[in-house]
Amino acid sequence: MQLARVIGEVVASVKDVNLAAATLLVLQPLSASGEPAGRTLVALDSVGAGVGETVFFVRGREAAFPFYPAEPPTDATIVGIVDHWSTE
Amino acid sequence: MQICRVVGTVVSTQKNRKLHGAKLMLVQPLTLDGEARGVGLLAIDSVGAGVGERVLVVIEGKAAGDALGRKGTAVDAAIIGIVDTIEHDGTA
Repeated sequence: MQLARVIGEVVASVKDVNLAAATLLVLQPLSASGEPAGRTLVALDSVGAGVGETVFFVRGREAAFPFYPAEPPTDATIVGIVDHWSTE
Repeated sequence: MQICRVVGTVVSTQKNRKLHGAKLMLVQPLTLDGEARGVGLLAIDSVGAGVGERVLVVIEGKAAGDALGRKGTAVDAAIIGIVDTIEHDGTA
């Protein structure tokens, strides 16, 4: 998983039928120190995250697991909203 | 697998239900000489690692799910060992 900040939302009325009920959020991945790190991406939301929140997301095939038994075609899904994180 | 240092912990009460009870650690991948390399990531901890320790991290969904011991969990990285020593011939 990786930390990210939700920086936007994507609306797509014409999309894969398995994405019908999905929320598409734009994420900026963050490093452990909270700096932007790497390219932005679009992820499905499975925990009700909002723009501006810090979240963490999972990549790969497992990104569809939170929607079981549905199988949305996703490679990234938000699976947690961060309350706080501490680094040395 | 990657050799990483545990640099922090993450607290998240609102998360995927299968992640409840899992320890979420922030880890920083390292070179063999211990320098930070690349972007830190979040891994579930299944071996009781502490902040500051050098650990072995598997970065693949199925393996991470196996380490957590819960089938069908949305994870893609897990700490699977705590490194005592690394011996290498210095060519890397």
